[in-house]
Amino acid sequence: MRNLWLFISKYNAFFLLIIFFIISLILLVKNNNYQRASVWNSSNQIVGTAYEKVNEFSSYLILGKINDSLALENARLRNQLASSFRNDSLKQVVVRDTNLVQQYTYTVAKVINNSVHQKNNYITINRGQKHGIKKGMGVISSTGVIGIIMNVSENFATIRSLLHTETKISANVSGNIGSLVWGEDNFDPRYATLKDIQSHLVIKKGARVSTSEFSLFPENTNIGVVSKIGTRNGDNSLEIQVKLDTDFSKLQYVYVINNLLANEQLKLEAQNKTE
Amino acid sequence: MGKLLVINIIRFIVLIATQVFLLKNIGYYNLSIPYLYILFILLLPFGIPNFLLFLLAFFTGLTIDVFYDTLGLNAAACTVLAFVRIIFINLTVQRDGFDNEPDPSLGIMGFRWFIFYAVILTFFHHLVLFSFESFKFSEIGYTLVRVLSSTAFTVLLMLITEFAFFTKKVRK
Repeated sequence: MRNLWLFISKYNAFFLLIIFFIISLILLVKNNNYQRASVWNSSNQIVGTAYEKVNEFSSYLILGKINDSLALENARLRNQLASSFRNDSLKQVVVRDTNLVQQYTYTVAKVINNSVHQKNNYITINRGQKHGIKKGMGVISSTGVIGIIMNVSENFATIRSLLHTETKISANVSGNIGSLVWGEDNFDPRYATLKDIQSHLVIKKGARVSTSEFSLFPENTNIGVVSKIGTRNGDNSLEIQVKLDTDFSKLQYVYVINNLLANEQLKLEAQNKTE
Repeated sequence: MGKLLVINIIRFIVLIATQVFLLKNIGYYNLSIPYLYILFILLLPFGIPNFLLFLLAFFTGLTIDVFYDTLGLNAAACTVLAFVRIIFINLTVQRDGFDNEPDPSLGIMGFRWFIFYAVILTFFHHLVLFSFESFKFSEIGYTLVRVLSSTAFTVLLMLITEFAFFTKKVRK
């Protein structure tokens, strides 16, 4: 017994290594199932508040750029106003259109924590349950698709960014639908890869890539432009490199999309499964 | 003793804040990412008991993990770092000759010893960190490139930090 004790105390560094290493591994495996249902992440109240404080300071540094992008967006929105169209016809008929039902509403949110250099990137915003944010909602910015809401706390929410190995978005390039992924072999935050486009199709460099009607984003939301057509894979599909419109490293304001018809659709689709 | 405690607490707060608010946003795409906060563990005094060293390393890693959303990853890497530190110091430093316990810093131990110490410890920390982050053997080449380039980046930042707070007290 005494010898055993001497042995342990002589090599105590090694035993301590084993103990602490095992604790870390348990934590790693248990909590990092892609950070699901974990309070120890940046939607945590304390960490979230700390990031918010620091972000308040750092956002001053890029005020100029933000102003420019807001002014641009204002101009674009102003173009869509009814008052900016002149009616040239002589006869005016007022039609009250009841065919159009609003499907999407948008909530503006400020990015308080963001990363682009990790293997799996997350974004934290200053909106949460209080503001009607729910898990699974889509997020866009003024330039294009950002990601999907992953965890929500009372005042904060984390977004699984497009720059995440698990994120897949149904995208449309000149009428052909494929899925947009990131991080399988490129980790450059400026590019993503478009897969599952049949290899006999001719895709031109510079073609616009936008979301398809199957995604949870509004149809034709911008994603980026085709920058390189890769070689065909074994399964007769092309790998297309897409240059993203959004500069993820400079993200400041995003819009969370609330699809008002999503519940109805999910309920209907759930019925199919039970039958 | 009290002064040592205050210095280490300040160093901990400054390094963690620098890491999570500044260095987290810096990096050469995914290839070279600096993890300067391990300098805190490197600069703990020689006389620290093993158990306390492991405990501090573990909690330093855990603090970083909370900010990085990777619970356990940095903690595991820091635990290995603490173990390598104990072995390295046992092999290279004669503990008997000290009249008062010094720090393993650049000013006291000299440039050659310090750079060797920093490179070896940083390499092991990054090796564990990146291999557990990718968690598969198929990317081993890519992971090794990341480890080596990140080690170079981190050690460069460590040397800059150490020279910025340089105090020459060569041990007798």
